[in-house]
Amino acid sequence: MASSRRNWLKGAMIALTMLVLQQGTALAQQKFITVASTTSTEQSGLFKHLLPLFEKKTGIQVRVVALGTGQALDMGRRGDADVVFVHDKVAEEKFIADGFGVQRFEVMYNDFVLVGPKADPAKIAGGKDIVDACKKIAAAGAPFASRGDKSGTHAAELRLWKTSGVDPASGKGSWYRETGSGMGPTLNTASAMNAYAFTDRGTWLSFRNRGDLIIVVEGDQKLFNQYGVMLVNPAKHPHVKKDLGQAFVDWVISPEGQQAIAAYKIGADQLFFPNAKR
Amino acid sequence: MTDLGEAFAAAWALVAGLDSGLAGIVMLSLQVSLSAVLLATLIGLPLGAAIAVERFPGRQLLIVLLNALMGLPPVVVGLLIYLLLSRAGPLGSLGILFTPQAMIIAQTVLIVPIIAALSRQTIEDAWREYSEQLRSLGARRLSGAMTLIWDTRFSLLTIVLAGFGRAAAEVGAVMIVGGNIDGVTRVMTTTIALETSKGDLPLALGLGIVLIVLVILLNALAAVIREIAQRRYG
Amino acid sequence: MLPLELDQITFSAGGTTIINGISARIEAGPRTIILGPNGAGKSVLMRLCHGLLEPTGGRVVWHGARNGDVRRHQAMVFQRPVMLRRSALANVVYGLQLAGKSRRESELRAMDVLEVVGLEKQAHRPARVMSGGEQQRLALARAWALGPDVLFLDEPTANLDPASTQDIENIVNAIHASGTKIIMTTHNLGQARRLGDEILFISNGRLMEHSPIDRFFREPASPEASAFIKGELPWHQAGGTG
Repeated sequence: MASSRRNWLKGAMIALTMLVLQQGTALAQQKFITVASTTSTEQSGLFKHLLPLFEKKTGIQVRVVALGTGQALDMGRRGDADVVFVHDKVAEEKFIADGFGVQRFEVMYNDFVLVGPKADPAKIAGGKDIVDACKKIAAAGAPFASRGDKSGTHAAELRLWKTSGVDPASGKGSWYRETGSGMGPTLNTASAMNAYAFTDRGTWLSFRNRGDLIIVVEGDQKLFNQYGVMLVNPAKHPHVKKDLGQAFVDWVISPEGQQAIAAYKIGADQLFFPNAKR
Repeated sequence: MTDLGEAFAAAWALVAGLDSGLAGIVMLSLQVSLSAVLLATLIGLPLGAAIAVERFPGRQLLIVLLNALMGLPPVVVGLLIYLLLSRAGPLGSLGILFTPQAMIIAQTVLIVPIIAALSRQTIEDAWREYSEQLRSLGARRLSGAMTLIWDTRFSLLTIVLAGFGRAAAEVGAVMIVGGNIDGVTRVMTTTIALETSKGDLPLALGLGIVLIVLVILLNALAAVIREIAQRRYG
Repeated sequence: MLPLELDQITFSAGGTTIINGISARIEAGPRTIILGPNGAGKSVLMRLCHGLLEPTGGRVVWHGARNGDVRRHQAMVFQRPVMLRRSALANVVYGLQLAGKSRRESELRAMDVLEVVGLEKQAHRPARVMSGGEQQRLALARAWALGPDVLFLDEPTANLDPASTQDIENIVNAIHASGTKIIMTTHNLGQARRLGDEILFISNGRLMEHSPIDRFFREPASPEASAFIKGELPWHQAGGTG
């Protein structure tokens, strides 16, 4: 082919190669850890607020992969994460017991709320008793959108149904609708169907597509949602960055980290309440 | 329809404000998909050409398979690559899960069948026209195939662009193998998915519009190139 | 390369026998025309001689070939010129480079042949935008540039107008004059008369006659040949596209 054409082709290939390599090398030089956490935590915006503070202090970049609690713990089991940061105490304790994590530290809690349509077919709005509300929803056969995705939120929801003596499976196909997806999509569905839903306050506060939904029940002790952080066990996965990961765990439960958590607000509302034991 | 109106406003605000977050996301999207299409072309084009001109047992079966693989669901590819690259998997020691490299690999796997199958068709059609003359001049099959690759380059460009379009538009594969990590593996499609799930629909739509415009521009460029080529080379 | 011997050649495809036991000996020198109606098997016979097809029976032997490299010293021009998406010059150069010549050598030789066929002013035009007649002249130039011992032509003017046909015939004669053996098929009697020194008359896959041109037209030895010359043979025979 003509030499000018050959040169143009060569030039284009070089440019393309540099474009491709550039982002590769930039990443390779950075100190980082991988943290498996949940979609609701990430979508609350907490990490955007918290992680830059940690990175500034230690120079360690924190890469958060946000999944459901079940998936996040699974990531930890497979060794694809260095730290796990979720909110399902029972599952977390099992994780430690099975030897996948070093130690569990309590970090903070937020709360869940029950949202529902203004029309309130189950007549529970303004109540303070979540168990009672659950009974009323089942009795009225009012539509309820569940995450159904093995997440911490989903696990908490199922525990409430159990406590109230209702088997939600009895409503499958009629009033109990499982979306199999994250908090946001489930709220989207609830908003579209005018259904009740169980959500963490953080996601609710930043959720823009509310439709006719409002908070109907809040403040019940049973609605508190405890977060725990765990270093993935280097004995099981030798490649885990245990020093960097431990630095993160230590910071998050330190007074500095706890203060940073408390300082995070959406508007005037504090979302997370630090409660690490010292 | 106020959502749509807000979406256009959001899109315009993003682009006009030259939002640096957006710039980073667009850059990464381009890097990942362009790299994938480049790799896929390097693999798929010679593969398609070889299948087009060679005759071997099982050839028809291979062609059917290749055509079928064009419809690989991205999320399935993502899952398979995830299982390969996970620390618990065979290639875990590479440690490239949740990096753009993993995303490039997944998208390459997705696009190779498209490039191979479509270039196979193009080159086979050309071979039908040219093969006697090329063989008469003394070209062997594979050397003839290389000549035809250059000769059909403008049709092949359209195929490469189709591959790029598929890569740039998919979300299933890059979400699973990339993890949608803020600032590291977040691309246009995964951001749209994220914003949608957060209920921020105007922003998601706005990003969607930016993505569509990008793809339209690239295809317009391809059309112009083909037009010029047609006039110059016949 | 020559003489070329065809020894009981047969060719079948898809259940049909297209060439049915042809034996002949083609010597260097005279312009050989393979004549016959459409579907007689002329094009298939050409491709068998040139090596583009393998006979299903019999052998094709080049008695004058040195160490078995038979393809190199032949060239072929087809009914439709097949040009790459490049300039006229580049198309000719392509063939030369395939034969192992350097780029410089190839370009010089290519320009020479383009001049002889009258296309030197179009050397840098894209080949595919040229007219049918020009492209066929280019095909001849490309073949000639390789300096073949034998040039096969398969109905080269079937798609051309009379003026272009005359150009092509003149070039064929020039190539012949330069020492290359011409073997050409046609179904056009006039062209056969103008360009032929000897005739191989094919009908229904069989060789009916092999004689010098005067004798063929004066005293055709077979009834099919007489009928053909008089224009009475069916225009299409069963064998295929000729």
